[in-house]
Amino acid sequence: MNFFKNYARPAALLLAMGLTAAHAGTIVFNTDYSDPGPKAAIAAAVKGFEAENPDIKIKVNTFDHEGYKSAIFNFLTADPPDLATWYAANRMAPFVKAGLVDNVTGLWAKNGWNQSFSASASSMTIDGKKWGLPLTYYQWGIYYRKDIFEKLGIQPPKTWKELLAACAKLKANNITPFAIGTKALWPAAGWFDYIDLRLNGYKFHMELAEGKVRWTDPRVVNVFKYWDELVKPGYFLANNSSYDWQDAVPMFAKGQAGMYLMGNFAVDVMKSAGLKESQIGFVKFPVINPSIPDAEEAPTDIVFIPSGAKHKAEAEKFMEYLATPAVQSQVNAILGQLPTNKNAKLPDDPFLKAGFELLSSAKDHSQFFDRDAPAQMAKAAMDGFQHFMVDPASLPATLKHLNSVQKAVYK
Amino acid sequence: MRQSVSPLLPAIRVWARRHQQGLAASLFLLPGLIMFTVYVIAPIIESIGLSFYSWDGLGAAKYIGLENYVNLFSDEAFYTALKNNIIWLFCYLLSVPAGLAIALLLNQTSKGIRFIKSVFFFPFVISQVVIGVIFTLFYDPSLGLFVKLLHFFDIKPIAVLSSAHWVTYGIIVAGLYPQIAYCMILYLTGLNNLRPDLIEAARLEGAHGWKMLFKIVLPQLRAATFIAVVVTVIGSLRSFDMISIMTQGGPYGSSATLAYYMYEVALSEYGFRMGYGAAVATVLFLIMLVFIVFILHRVYMQERETS
Repeated sequence: MNFFKNYARPAALLLAMGLTAAHAGTIVFNTDYSDPGPKAAIAAAVKGFEAENPDIKIKVNTFDHEGYKSAIFNFLTADPPDLATWYAANRMAPFVKAGLVDNVTGLWAKNGWNQSFSASASSMTIDGKKWGLPLTYYQWGIYYRKDIFEKLGIQPPKTWKELLAACAKLKANNITPFAIGTKALWPAAGWFDYIDLRLNGYKFHMELAEGKVRWTDPRVVNVFKYWDELVKPGYFLANNSSYDWQDAVPMFAKGQAGMYLMGNFAVDVMKSAGLKESQIGFVKFPVINPSIPDAEEAPTDIVFIPSGAKHKAEAEKFMEYLATPAVQSQVNAILGQLPTNKNAKLPDDPFLKAGFELLSSAKDHSQFFDRDAPAQMAKAAMDGFQHFMVDPASLPATLKHLNSVQKAVYK
Repeated sequence: MRQSVSPLLPAIRVWARRHQQGLAASLFLLPGLIMFTVYVIAPIIESIGLSFYSWDGLGAAKYIGLENYVNLFSDEAFYTALKNNIIWLFCYLLSVPAGLAIALLLNQTSKGIRFIKSVFFFPFVISQVVIGVIFTLFYDPSLGLFVKLLHFFDIKPIAVLSSAHWVTYGIIVAGLYPQIAYCMILYLTGLNNLRPDLIEAARLEGAHGWKMLFKIVLPQLRAATFIAVVVTVIGSLRSFDMISIMTQGGPYGSSATLAYYMYEVALSEYGFRMGYGAAVATVLFLIMLVFIVFILHRVYMQERETS
């Protein structure tokens, strides 16, 4: 008994203290979920996790979107948090390549995420390893004015031909077929992505994003030929490079524009511009080449563990918590987006239901041009897309320029 | 006791007394000099050094010699920015004569002139961001006042901020709005210090109108003109905020200046080519250096004249 008293008890005590020190602690979680909805979603997840794990506290640092994009470069190298939100695919490549992201392939295997997150698995893979957890995504597609289409007797277009016919009819009725605002460049990239995905397919699109295809390739030129069938007759909102995408929504709401190719986040803005849910329709981007399997844009937000994290075990635990079907349903219901875990419950929203069907029937998911291609390439290409929409004659010079940028980017 | 501890002390005291003036000056200058070295000189040297590297802000920087500069000189976007900077430089200088004109107009004593003066000075007081946003609305191609104005005069409407041709001029007009007010205030203070005896003498000799302005008034406003030109030239070279607010360099990069292009390649969402951005900054610095040397030379000569 003496032995126990003298040595074992203090030793056990020390051991216990060591264990709690290793388990308990405060996880630092950096995120740019700063809008009211996203902020509430994160808060709900944190609250639920802390209730289940009373010995772990989570400290959430919320950044604004634009600031976060440069802040992450600083905090990942200087003062890494235990978890951070970011974007999938090529957007995380610079961090992965610099060795700043923790490899979580083990967690994927252990929790069977390869099955439950099969749709986003490829966008989380770099060099054959997994680097984070896909938290949420949303669909892209054509939103149209149901009431106007009904009044003019237009069917939602399923093929390119039908799309052109619908545009012609809207234009004849003094309605701009497509609302768009390209000031921030990326909305134009949505058009390039979709025409390329429908015309040349997902594999080709990715090869272009990875710099394996020249921009002057006839198949790329062909994309712009199709695009021009909408640009030349003036089917896009005039002077669109003066507007941000939100600035074009009022035209859509006032019935001056009939359709809008956008991500699902636009529905909220359309509703607050005065549209009722019954006035908005959603249709998949039309088929151009029927032999090409469907691919859809599904920009994915992720959570990852920086390699410099101080509480990796706790961070992994939180990541596993975020991946469970129940939390996935809860978080995405607040976000108004689609859960990435296919066992999660779908939010009760007609657009999200349509989006879920769309994404689950698609063979492949792309992330969006500025996330699939390296930053410098994406910027130059999007400048070119905007230029093309203003002046299609600029195309040959633009493509040549993009070739030279490509040469510099992919060394 | 104390004096015997350090026999050096009296010697120092003597030396200090002898060099009192110089020593005091140096001591007073020291904090400023330290600040200046740490926050101005050192970053300049560091930036120039960085321009010889390839660095993405994350990994290790790689020394690549002059490659950034070689790329820069075959970069169309760089030449667009350079061209825009030259346009900015010349158009922005219009604020000097415009400021003078308004100052002459307002330089009178009548009831309520103080109020009118402060109204004219108002553009300089409001934030650049606000001016940028207001001008963006002004140019809005569907609802903006500018389009309505053109319509009124039966001119074909122009979407100023989406036209590669007009966009830079459109932004400069927005930039001139506060800058004219600033030049005006410089001239107003200058006009207060005119020598009435000289004006009177000139008037007795029969000078009036343009002759009075160019031969009598303007020479006395030399100091104000100098500062107005210097501030305007420097302002035009570092023009950034208006562009960032109104167009973000667009459409397709046609309104970027060197300062904005540097921000875009180094610090924006699609940037993080730090070395390349530093090379752009270095070129901008060299251009500014020409003006800075000119200004310093002027100031130095003036001080020699007066002392």
